[in-house]
Amino acid sequence: MSARAYNFAYLDEQTKRMIRRALLKAVAIPGYQVPFASREMPMPYGWGTGGVQVTAAVIGPDDVLKVIDQGADDTTNAVSIRAFFAKVAEVKTTTRTAEATLIQTRHRIPEHPLTSGQILVYQVPIPEPLRFLEPRETETRTMHALSEYGLMHVKLYEDIARHGHIATTYAYPVKVEGRYLMDPSPIPKFDNPKMHRSPALQLFGAGREKRIYAIPPFTEVVSLDFDDHPFTVQEFGAPCALCGAEGVYLDEVVLDDKGGHMFVCSDTDFCEDRRAQGFGPQVTEAAE
Amino acid sequence: MAAALAQGFADPVLDAQQAFRAVLMALAEPGAPRALPGLAHAPPPLPPVLAALALTLLDHETPVWLDRPLADSNAMKSWLAFQCGAPLSDDPARAAFALIAEPAGLPPLALFAQGTDAFPDRSTTILIAATPTRQSLTLTGPGIDGSRKADLPIRPSLVAEWAENRALFPRGVDVVIAGAGEIIGLPRTTRLARG
Repeated sequence: MSARAYNFAYLDEQTKRMIRRALLKAVAIPGYQVPFASREMPMPYGWGTGGVQVTAAVIGPDDVLKVIDQGADDTTNAVSIRAFFAKVAEVKTTTRTAEATLIQTRHRIPEHPLTSGQILVYQVPIPEPLRFLEPRETETRTMHALSEYGLMHVKLYEDIARHGHIATTYAYPVKVEGRYLMDPSPIPKFDNPKMHRSPALQLFGAGREKRIYAIPPFTEVVSLDFDDHPFTVQEFGAPCALCGAEGVYLDEVVLDDKGGHMFVCSDTDFCEDRRAQGFGPQVTEAAE
Repeated sequence: MAAALAQGFADPVLDAQQAFRAVLMALAEPGAPRALPGLAHAPPPLPPVLAALALTLLDHETPVWLDRPLADSNAMKSWLAFQCGAPLSDDPARAAFALIAEPAGLPPLALFAQGTDAFPDRSTTILIAATPTRQSLTLTGPGIDGSRKADLPIRPSLVAEWAENRALFPRGVDVVIAGAGEIIGLPRTTRLARG
């Protein structure tokens, strides 16, 4: 069957209008989760149906699309979604962050700084940051209405009481523009500071949970913390084993069944770009 | 009559997508004009850019409130019914969208749906024609790096009203101003100051 059997970007026009209206409200109320009539997509929940619907409602023929999954352009989820839009919207795709106008992401923000005019679409599994603390939607909705977020601070405090530090490492809760508590999706807390006053427009889609939310450019995004336990990001002892980059998020790669492993950039495009520029592993004295 | 009714987007899919991107970026970067071509054969007295916005955003799910000049035009109402299928609402507090062709006649913002604290998204989005005169303003808020100076084509009294709208946050209305071939977004988060 040819792609022409579908409307441009797969969704019908009424669905797009519904999603577009939700997106406009989301931009006008940063961090607030706008309910929307999420559709069945030709992929299972958990594979990014929310992000795909947002992308489908936004994308145009002039867009250049990049899709990443945990920072990588070449994993199944990323390849499938990129191929999906190349087919149903006939858009150009890329793996290079700087060339993309639209980036759909699962659980990472690219290392290359985003610029004004770019749109970052996050795939979100559980949009409600309070859901694991309070299962009732009626209660969490009231908490958001009253801006009553003491429960989340108690959760972070209990982390400290139990572990001596805030042990939350991903989906680390943020406060948007001093008003709404927001789940940044399961990105590592390493990426949280990149959301703060980003020049790019950030859109979030949760398909199963039927919520859309957004952060406009240059919006305050503050990770929750305490005066005596300030927010910090992960640090890695060694640079990337392939490109030698420091200050980037690294993935552990298991090399054999004898405990061999190495840490490499989670952002594959960033790592490839650096290696193309001639960067390589840092040679250290400690190497035997 | 039938020919006039049939005047929609030349390409309903791609024209709507382009127009939506303009509205999205206009609200994401308040005060900065975004190019949006008007509809070639908009039914008077509906301005061409407002007509393009209506085609982009309105359908059977969105009750729409019309200002007096639009509500008095049967041709315009027939066009809206044919192209969008949007139900008309006499009560601005029940409207998802308001179409305002004559900006001097804009009712007080407080009459439109403001949303609730639990559902602030259940508010009216006002699509309004630009005024011939402009107000020199400084804008601050999300979407703006520091502050932005802009000459907004709105009536003078809207500046004071907007402060009241801003104070309701997260409730309140959002506004899209339609000029000649361009739009300007004014989401409820934006603060306006004279000068």
